[in-house]
Amino acid sequence: MARLTPEEIRRYSRHLIMPEVGLAGQERLKDARVLCVGTGGLGSPLALYLAAAGVGTIGLVDFDEVDESNLQRQIIHGTSDVGRRKVVSARETIREINPNVHVELYETRLSSSNALDILASFDVIADGTDNFPTRYLVNDACVLLGKPNAYGSIFRFEGQASVFCHPEGPCYRCLYPEPPPPGLVPSCAEGGVLGILPGTIGLVQATEVIKLVLGIGETLVGRLMLYDALSMKFREMRVRRDPACPVCGENPSIRDLIDYDEFCGIPEWEESQRVDSDWEIGATEVHERRLRGEDLFLLDVRNPDEFSLCRIEGSHLLPLPHLLDGVSELDSAREIIVYCRTGIRSAQAVNVLRDMGFRKAKNLRGGIHAWSAEVDPSIPRY
Amino acid sequence: MPRILIPTPLRPYVEHQPAVEVEGATVGEALKDLVRRHAAVARHLLDETGAIRSFVNVYVNDEDIRHLQRTETSLAGTDTISIVPSVAGGREVR
Repeated sequence: MARLTPEEIRRYSRHLIMPEVGLAGQERLKDARVLCVGTGGLGSPLALYLAAAGVGTIGLVDFDEVDESNLQRQIIHGTSDVGRRKVVSARETIREINPNVHVELYETRLSSSNALDILASFDVIADGTDNFPTRYLVNDACVLLGKPNAYGSIFRFEGQASVFCHPEGPCYRCLYPEPPPPGLVPSCAEGGVLGILPGTIGLVQATEVIKLVLGIGETLVGRLMLYDALSMKFREMRVRRDPACPVCGENPSIRDLIDYDEFCGIPEWEESQRVDSDWEIGATEVHERRLRGEDLFLLDVRNPDEFSLCRIEGSHLLPLPHLLDGVSELDSAREIIVYCRTGIRSAQAVNVLRDMGFRKAKNLRGGIHAWSAEVDPSIPRY
Repeated sequence: MPRILIPTPLRPYVEHQPAVEVEGATVGEALKDLVRRHAAVARHLLDETGAIRSFVNVYVNDEDIRHLQRTETSLAGTDTISIVPSVAGGREVR
């Protein structure tokens, strides 16, 4: 077992005087290897506190770069890190907090071909990812390798946390056997997220990691913690192991990692979302045609809050969830240019409108972001 | 009357209420009453056959109805039904 240096004894003194941690517990933390999947909203507070607490080795998996819109919640990255690789930025912050921590970087997208290799050398996995395929991938890899998974998930004002894949406990598939079809559940990029929320949930995950390493307390194994920030309520639901679970059940049918994009219906969804290239139009072209005085009806399918943030002049608001209610007021004889933030929601709207006989409906490629880049830089990108 | 707690993603379909009081002696009846009062929530909760969608869990108090009598689970007036859909977090589908 790793012995603490005099500097570490000073640093961890508030742990060392607690009998529940003590010298043996602190040495256990120093020996521990914890993998943070994702260094975003959940991964930021998680990695920061694990580092401060003295976890000896922290692995970081992320392929992304720091974006300005991350800074509202991803507190391991700072303003000067915008545009830098997240794992590198995160490592710097960790080193500043605690240079004793050994940081291992995996600058890659976790996939079926690398997950088992990456996860294998770690004791505890903390899943702070942001999409369903990676959630199921991390779950299955944890079950196959026998590693506990401190799980957290967030949306707008609500969060969930649990510990999965612990011996005797349920796994994520026992709780949710299947993901929702893509597009039905809005993402945080669409629905937003309270910046403080991942702090709360990420720290619940960090707490569970520390308890798992130290072997103290009652972990969230078999319990799903639900947190509602608006009402400031914590609730918990019982989660039982499903004997018929395809990965951790009695007769598992999944014995190796699968294709998780396919499992989550991503390829079919992308296919269904693809707008015929004749049904798309660029921002510059729309602008030039309007300047020539052509009759184009601009339809904004974003939410009212997004509309009040910025809009293309002369456009009409009809949020996507209410498209069907407002469709009767649209004129199918006119050319309708549909836009949203980046062109994804508007593509759905165009497909719906075309199905209903609006043969002149077109999708503004790249959404209002493209309009900002190509036509009017005074429109903020968000 | 039993109360159904509505999770954030579904609140837009129930006039932004965090909870809805419903009538019904079983979970199935209570959900039917919810859908009757707020038709827009149906497609997010139920599939084409009227069954609860596989990524939506329903609890009576703190117990998953899959471990009780599913939609036949009987309700007392003080019971709270929770709808807990799976959420993944941040990323927009590419």
